[in-house]
Amino acid sequence: MAEPVLIRSLHILLQVLAVLALSPLIPGLINRVKATLAGRTGPPVLQLYHDLAKLSGKAALFSRTTTGMFLAGPVATVAAVLVASLLVPFGHLPAPIHFQGDAILFIYLFGLARFLTVLAALDTGSSFEGMGSAREVTFAPLAELAIFLGFAALAKASGSASLSDLLASPGLAHARSMAPSCLVLAGWAIVYLAENSRIPVDDPNTHLELTMIHEVMVLDHSGRPLALVLYGASLKLMVLGALILGLVLPRTGRPWLDWGAFGLGQMLLAAGVGVVESVTSRLAMAKVPQFLMVGVLASAFAFLILLV
Amino acid sequence: MSLYWTALLLSALSGVPGLFTARKGGTVSAAMLTLAAACGLAEAARVLSGGSRWALQLPATPLGAAGALAFDPIAAFFLIPVLVLSACGSIYGIRYWPDHHENARRLRLLLGLLTAFTALLVAAAHMITFLVAWEGMAIVAFFLVITEDREAAARQAGWLYLISTHVGTLCLFGAFALTAGATGTFQFGLLPAGFATSARGSAAFGLFLLSFGLKAGVLPLHYWLPSAHAAAPSHVSSFMSGVLIKTGILGMIRLLSWVPDPPLWWGGTFVALGALSGIMGVALALGQHDLKRLLAYHSIENIGIILLGIGLGTLGRSTGHPAVMALGYGGAMLHVLNHGLFKGLLFLSAGAVAQATGTRNLDQMGGLAKAMPGTARAFLVGAWAICGLPPLNGFVSELFIYLAAFQALPWSRSPWPALALAALALIGALALACFAKAYGIVFLGAPRSPAAAAAAEAPRSMRVPMGILALGCLLIGLAPGLAAPALDRLLQAMTGRPAPPLATLVTLPALTALAGLLLALGLLLRRWAKRGASARDVPTWDCGFDPATPRMQYTASSFADSLVSAMPWALWPQVRWRKLTTLFPWPTRYESHLPDPVLDGVGIPLLERLAHRLERLRFFQAGHLPIYLLYVMVTLFLLLLWTAV
Repeated sequence: MAEPVLIRSLHILLQVLAVLALSPLIPGLINRVKATLAGRTGPPVLQLYHDLAKLSGKAALFSRTTTGMFLAGPVATVAAVLVASLLVPFGHLPAPIHFQGDAILFIYLFGLARFLTVLAALDTGSSFEGMGSAREVTFAPLAELAIFLGFAALAKASGSASLSDLLASPGLAHARSMAPSCLVLAGWAIVYLAENSRIPVDDPNTHLELTMIHEVMVLDHSGRPLALVLYGASLKLMVLGALILGLVLPRTGRPWLDWGAFGLGQMLLAAGVGVVESVTSRLAMAKVPQFLMVGVLASAFAFLILLV
Repeated sequence: MSLYWTALLLSALSGVPGLFTARKGGTVSAAMLTLAAACGLAEAARVLSGGSRWALQLPATPLGAAGALAFDPIAAFFLIPVLVLSACGSIYGIRYWPDHHENARRLRLLLGLLTAFTALLVAAAHMITFLVAWEGMAIVAFFLVITEDREAAARQAGWLYLISTHVGTLCLFGAFALTAGATGTFQFGLLPAGFATSARGSAAFGLFLLSFGLKAGVLPLHYWLPSAHAAAPSHVSSFMSGVLIKTGILGMIRLLSWVPDPPLWWGGTFVALGALSGIMGVALALGQHDLKRLLAYHSIENIGIILLGIGLGTLGRSTGHPAVMALGYGGAMLHVLNHGLFKGLLFLSAGAVAQATGTRNLDQMGGLAKAMPGTARAFLVGAWAICGLPPLNGFVSELFIYLAAFQALPWSRSPWPALALAALALIGALALACFAKAYGIVFLGAPRSPAAAAAAEAPRSMRVPMGILALGCLLIGLAPGLAAPALDRLLQAMTGRPAPPLATLVTLPALTALAGLLLALGLLLRRWAKRGASARDVPTWDCGFDPATPRMQYTASSFADSLVSAMPWALWPQVRWRKLTTLFPWPTRYESHLPDPVLDGVGIPLLERLAHRLERLRFFQAGHLPIYLLYVMVTLFLLLLWTAV
């Protein structure tokens, strides 16, 4: 516990820098894996950095119908996910900010981002964006339930509501908690795909408005607001990835090893998403709740096993 | 003590001067209720900050029995929303329900009386005093519901409310009789140990639960609530939803404060009822088209959240976990105050919207944020808070309840903590969907009707009370540490022993700091995004075809459709729709309606059949006064005979 202040601040600095600077790498990695599997050259790994730089110099269009809420969606997503990133441990335990209840705040910050994104979409008065936001709020309750049941399973032993405790549990290394941890991992992996609007729930590359969920909600954003949307999406990949990795990462206590494992984990996760996107197709919209229900049930079973 | 009496007297009389003046009656009443709030809040703040409490024995009430008042931290805490909402409502009422409006004088008189009865109820420490205040409150509220008594819907809602509330009062008589039988006194006080676990105690608990559940609108006893809250004038709805239903919670809290040893199943019952009310309340809210009915169903949901907290607290108390008890009860009590603030705010802003557009139908609205920016901001704060999103007050109280559930997880195989956790998560996500719908459809997009396009901002005297309530939401959200000591005193008064202070169980300063960080980041990013070049006079993307029209927008019904139809086991939406079949289709209509499963699905069909069966008994209901007097006399005679034997 008695950690020198200097070392601790270095870890915090490293985590903040990783979130701010390295998040846009993840979509690049995913796309690179997809391109390789499909036999294409594909965009460079650093493509998103170029896009962000280009978009921040471009003019933004604001529809006549919109109010200030239109801007609040992208802004709140980035702000809320950045604050949430301080609550989840990356390569070092505990997270920069940890207290009883930070797990709940973490999820509710994502809720805040969703609330304002949905409102920003409805602000345009476009039927497409209404459609996307209706879908988003329909699927989110199941995703949130899966996450919370996973928390319940992880907290069954300790009763702690802090991510830094929940994700520090022996997890996979421990015989008794191995099966529940695997189930929670499976449940959360489904949530990870859904929340980051990846195949099989949503397709970030589709160009048909009628079939999209998240992408259609940001159809009218351009210029700097669009840059925030893209940046926010990459932050979400990084931060939710850290939540999942927390379940499986071994915590050795040696900084270089832990941070290295975290970096490798994020890359493997990105590669995994790329593989999933290459080998599966999108689910029909009516099947998405069933898919998410699998996540809920996996987490619920994890909790039930611990009750026995 | 004198401050409390001043508040009571001022509010009871606040409508009287208005009876004799042609104009300015509303201003006088608002001034008196505001003064009453200032006095009462000062007294409440004194007691909650550790000042001495007082008790008063009334020698003989007009009923010929003794009465008593006790101003303890429980009374002080519940008095806060009563006075705040009545003062805000009366200021709002000056322009919302001006003198020339139907029954304006009656409305003002009754609102003052309602405040006074509720303020009396929170401090009642004797069963007779409690029943007098309870009954007074119920009857005054009935007359307030039927303020617009020319409308059949309002009269119907009023009758339904009156019948339900009297059923509840009847149960309360029974419950009081049972407890008084055990203690031998009508004074409120500790019940003997072992009473709660006895059969008699269980019967009393059941009756209390029925009575207080009816008042609070706990599912399935909620059936009267949506129509009553929708029919009443908005500032009355805000008081009824924010305060009146909480008197049911007050009753439960008083009951728990008398019982030294609540059995385990009490806590479980509270959690189960809370989960049911919470999830069904928000699910029913999702399908509503009427803005005020939607808000009313959300009151049922929030009562569910409060019950989850009470249940977890009771479980913690029964099993000897003081931290769970403090977090559960503390969260529930803070949510009582929070819900008063944001639900009051939501009803006031919904009233402003209804007045500006002349309709309560969501699908006739749209784009009001441009015409009514102040009201839109107020509604947004309320929606933000009621979804429990950080950094507003709803998040803080839900966090306490979540923490109680987390801390309760490690024990035993009890399913209740996990159920509470899952229910809270589901309620939170569904409430978010519902308020995204409400705010998005009412205030954003393009106007869906000429009335919505012509709407104008509400006058300042209506926006000021909304602003006060919104500030309250913000204050508790940003600095929850301020409320913690008051909650500690409340918990101590409730359980009779010192509980661990809430400030040691939750790191409240961290919440404040993170809220600050969130706001700072938001402002910074917003500034950056606004700075770039922009073009503002462009249409919404229309795929390059003809410009989109307001009629193409998603409506409230279409927004909620996928969620409502995903829950066919709970909601039975009625859809009337003629399918298009021919190649050159005729115009068609689509209508959807979400009936209440308890009232329309079970209650009315069952009661109609029962009424048909019991028709033969009409013989006894001849409608002549002498015959009823005869019945009373015969009953009394038989009772006397029975006691004599």
